[in-house]
Amino acid sequence: MYKNFFKYLISAIFLLGFSVNSNADFKVGFVYVGPTGDHGWTFQHHEGRNAVEAAGIKTTFVESVPEGADAERVIRQLAQSGHDLIFTTSFGYMDPTNKVAKDFPNVKFEHATGYKREHANVSTYSARFYEGRTLLGHIAGKMTKTNTIGYIASFPIPEVIRGINAMTLAAQKVNPNIKTKIVWVFTWYDPGKEAEAAQALIDQGADVIMQHTDSTAPVQTAEKAGVWSFGQASDMQRFAPKSILTSIIDDWAPYYVERAVAARDGTWKQQDTWHGLKEGMVAMGPYNSAMGADLVKEVEQLQKDLASGKVHSFTGPIYDQKGNILVAEGKVADDGMLAGMSVYVKGVEGDIPK
Amino acid sequence: MALYFFTPFIAIILTILGGGIIFYILGFNPIEALKFYFITPISNLYGLSELLLKATPLCLIAIGLSFCFKSNNWNIGAEGQLTFGAIVGGGVALLFYNQEGFYILPLVILAGAIGGMIFALIPAVLKTYFNTNEILVSLMLVYVSKLLLDYLVVGPWSNPEGFNFPETRQFSDSSRMPLLFEGLRIHAGIFLALAAVMLSWFILYKTYLGFQIKVSGLSLKTAKYAGFKGKTMILVVFMISGACAGLAGVGEITGPIGQLHRMISPDYGFTAIIVAFLGRLNPFGIIFASLVVALTYLGAETAQIFLQIPKYTGQVFQGMILFFLLASDYLLFFKVKILNLKKNELRH
Repeated sequence: MYKNFFKYLISAIFLLGFSVNSNADFKVGFVYVGPTGDHGWTFQHHEGRNAVEAAGIKTTFVESVPEGADAERVIRQLAQSGHDLIFTTSFGYMDPTNKVAKDFPNVKFEHATGYKREHANVSTYSARFYEGRTLLGHIAGKMTKTNTIGYIASFPIPEVIRGINAMTLAAQKVNPNIKTKIVWVFTWYDPGKEAEAAQALIDQGADVIMQHTDSTAPVQTAEKAGVWSFGQASDMQRFAPKSILTSIIDDWAPYYVERAVAARDGTWKQQDTWHGLKEGMVAMGPYNSAMGADLVKEVEQLQKDLASGKVHSFTGPIYDQKGNILVAEGKVADDGMLAGMSVYVKGVEGDIPK
Repeated sequence: MALYFFTPFIAIILTILGGGIIFYILGFNPIEALKFYFITPISNLYGLSELLLKATPLCLIAIGLSFCFKSNNWNIGAEGQLTFGAIVGGGVALLFYNQEGFYILPLVILAGAIGGMIFALIPAVLKTYFNTNEILVSLMLVYVSKLLLDYLVVGPWSNPEGFNFPETRQFSDSSRMPLLFEGLRIHAGIFLALAAVMLSWFILYKTYLGFQIKVSGLSLKTAKYAGFKGKTMILVVFMISGACAGLAGVGEITGPIGQLHRMISPDYGFTAIIVAFLGRLNPFGIIFASLVVALTYLGAETAQIFLQIPKYTGQVFQGMILFFLLASDYLLFFKVKILNLKKNELRH
């Protein structure tokens, strides 16, 4: 009798210990492509990690992991060393993430901006940055005097083309004469190249500069040249206080906390997340007072309407550069079309590099 | 002379001590930090496999560089030769996309070696016939090959189903290096590195060419006086060096990566320069050196995962190794004397 009692007691303690342990030992790993101090992409993911940590969950991060052969080892090491949920925060980690996920079915994986979910423990997530671009387009269309908007683009992937199109469409709505000039820099982060591209666009008459790259060089170039600009990924206002009209901010924190808590509590499920202004994954920085109170009010209203779904960034009629109809009058583009977007809309100058 | 081969060990010991001090200043327990740095990464089979995987390209490139450096040819552009080799090899792999055959992988590897060789011939020919500086030319060509790779993976070679992301298709299995063990990433490319070590030992120490290389390295004038054909030798050492770098590149893309994209090498071509010197330009020394340097990469990752020590300490370690090696060499070859100079003696 006593023997049994002790047996049960011991197993109860063990069980209790284990369950407490598994909760206390719950750890989340983050893999970053850049340094935490890049003031752009990785910086914002790191802010998200800080929020997870603030929610009482242990985290680990590895920064500046090259998107080559090393990524798989880092992800695997995180999985091996007791991390229960791993966020891989760059497109180039797509195949390594899926490969490691296959060998660790009990570990959950979250891959940013990718499209492969080959195993049940891999989710993907991204943000509807284009909704922010619509707001930038509205502002740019109102603020430009030369009717020329300069756009520094990274790679001709759907996400970047979507941003260019969303911005152009919104700018045309308030200013039909708008032209969008694009410089492709083929990098996500190269302050030298980005600054040169900004200068080239300014020399071609652009008086509003926006970027789909991560450094603060373009806004600083714009500040020097006395033209308008927009911050990217994080609030870059302090790098160009006069020039920046607002910033598109990637706010991963709510999503990261939600997913980490779900994984800890056992309610995590595979999903493909695409959140925008509504959920707060895309947020706007403070508006520059140079815009004037009326324009700020307009933009804030538009922001509300985009968030509520009353307005969609891609509402027809939308034409491509040759004048063929892409989205019919009264319709909006569906997510499938947005996800694979590979043509410019009318009003964008130049060709997509092939 | 024995000291000459001993100083790399002194450099490594000093680096570990220096690392311990840095960890201490950063507020970590130095013993624990060093353990996570140098022992944890290789405490299991997977870690050992990763160490060899990482050391393979470093060893291959450094072996090639040793031919150049021994003969006073300063090939700084191994990174470019690696990239160009990967481009040519990867091109062949894409050509055989979705085809099967035992001959495909050897063709891909051969193409990679030839690619690297051709790319290394550019600074060599310019040096021998136009008296250009091979350091500058080979270094600048690194950017040329990287930009060419950028262009190819963004444009003509990008994966048609890949939504314009800058990468090619995944190579089919016939152009992939066979894995040595199930579940580990270590692949047949390691045999290429070992073969290169053996061959280079043979060439350097058992052939007339090796003798020429060594003599030219010690004294160019002697080499000329002995009637060696300097130009041919320069071309040959660059070709060997480029072929090795090209093999390293093709080993990476057919091994762990499996496709071409913009990040095929975390600057192996430059790190291999440290490896070559740490290994005393000796084939077997280079094996040892490549393992040590590979460990600094792995250690930096584990130290960040377990202790959140910034990953850049890996580069600090590599820098320290080179610094201590050069410093101990300096003390080895020059005597430090405190001179009691009088003022008028300085006027000379």
